[in-house]
Amino acid sequence: MRNPQLTRNGELQHLLTIDGLPREILTAILEAATPFTVVAEREVKKLPLLRGKSVFNLFFENSTRTRTTFEIAAKRLSADVINLNINTSSTSKGETLLDTVDNLCAMQADMFVVRHASSGAPFLIAQHLAAMGLEHIHVINAGDGRHAHPTQGLLDMYTIRHYKQRFDNLVVAIVGDLLHSRVARSQIHALTTLGVPEVRVIGPKTLLPADISQLGVRVFHDMRAGLKDVDVVMMLRLQNERMKGALLPSPQEFFKSYGLTAEKLHCARPDAIVMHPGPMNRGVEIDSAVADGPHAVILPQVTFGIAVRMAVMSMLAGA
Amino acid sequence: MPLPDAETLCAALAERLRPDLPSGAALVGIHTGGVWVAERLHAALGLGTPLGRIDVSFYRDDFSRNGLHPQIKSSEIPFEVEDRPIIIVDDVLYTGRTIRAAMNELFDYGRASRIDLAVLIDRGGRELPICPRWAGETLFIAPEKNLQLERDEAGKLNLRLIDA
Repeated sequence: MRNPQLTRNGELQHLLTIDGLPREILTAILEAATPFTVVAEREVKKLPLLRGKSVFNLFFENSTRTRTTFEIAAKRLSADVINLNINTSSTSKGETLLDTVDNLCAMQADMFVVRHASSGAPFLIAQHLAAMGLEHIHVINAGDGRHAHPTQGLLDMYTIRHYKQRFDNLVVAIVGDLLHSRVARSQIHALTTLGVPEVRVIGPKTLLPADISQLGVRVFHDMRAGLKDVDVVMMLRLQNERMKGALLPSPQEFFKSYGLTAEKLHCARPDAIVMHPGPMNRGVEIDSAVADGPHAVILPQVTFGIAVRMAVMSMLAGA
Repeated sequence: MPLPDAETLCAALAERLRPDLPSGAALVGIHTGGVWVAERLHAALGLGTPLGRIDVSFYRDDFSRNGLHPQIKSSEIPFEVEDRPIIIVDDVLYTGRTIRAAMNELFDYGRASRIDLAVLIDRGGRELPICPRWAGETLFIAPEKNLQLERDEAGKLNLRLIDA
């Protein structure tokens, strides 16, 4: 079966997940992103690539930061951006997801940026568009359930490449609540596709999916052992709102074992970088001294995120 | 058809610019061939203002038809554009669409006091009202052919005619 994200010519049609995307496409996105970073330094921070296009931000789940960076990216490409917070809108009146999409297609949508609590919702929309013969409309997954958050994964790869130049000599550790994390899944797929030789995951048994080692990662439950000589530390947010039952004794206990402190970071390489997808729980998964310290590249991640999303939107619009 | 020698042509183009050069002028080469020519002119004219380089891919009018160019370079304009005379430099002037895109991009950096155009070869075939102030040479090239500037391993520039 053809990858539903790619056109017949192998170009990116939708961005739904990093899983299954060829390395050439990931590299092309990372390379395309660099010239977009320059735009932010200019007097006029706008490019005409999406002039006349309508981008609909369909957020069925709240997210201020992700929605804002997609909105800025689309606006810097001169698109018209329409933000819909659907949990406060039509679905509460009983309209189905695909009815909402049909209505927006009737309003000449060119691109949907979709955030949904259910895994697979952006796939469903892409399939529906194909069935309706609306292949000119593109879908970007901005986070679906526990499944994927591909633009976050890509901006993380862009950040790593910016600081480390290459992937094929790195040891990367992903730390924290992997069980509930769509970000972690996208990161693991991206890191392995780009040829990182050693990807580690660090966390308590209760917060690591049972089958995680099948993704080609080394599993650690002891943080100091897991951080030994790593080049990149990717922290995850402790997803309090997704916790059901007693997966954790308390945030304080979690911090003691898995919170990134300067002392634990000392196990990593001296030039290690520390990343976090935000929003951070200071004092839970990361200590303020590290979050604001010299190893942290958390704010550059946000800035690069705009350029990476501009690159993705431009590639889709030109496909 | 024998093509002129690109290096000789660069030197001749520099001599044409020299008497007319506005004070404070900056050169902006268009990636990739235009940058090579601009580097030659910049050295020959001994300009104090650093060289600018732009990739006009983001401003091309065929984006919706051809999509995003796979290898876009970052534009670098290391000087204030506002109130400065700018000379756009390209290797081969054909339809004029690249120059239109370059001017649009420059306006997003500021309002230049004037913009001029210097090209190594004007091959005719314009589709927009654009005319170079200086051209190394004017040649008629049939539309089935592409005239390209290339740089060999030693760094020497050569013109080459290939099938479009």
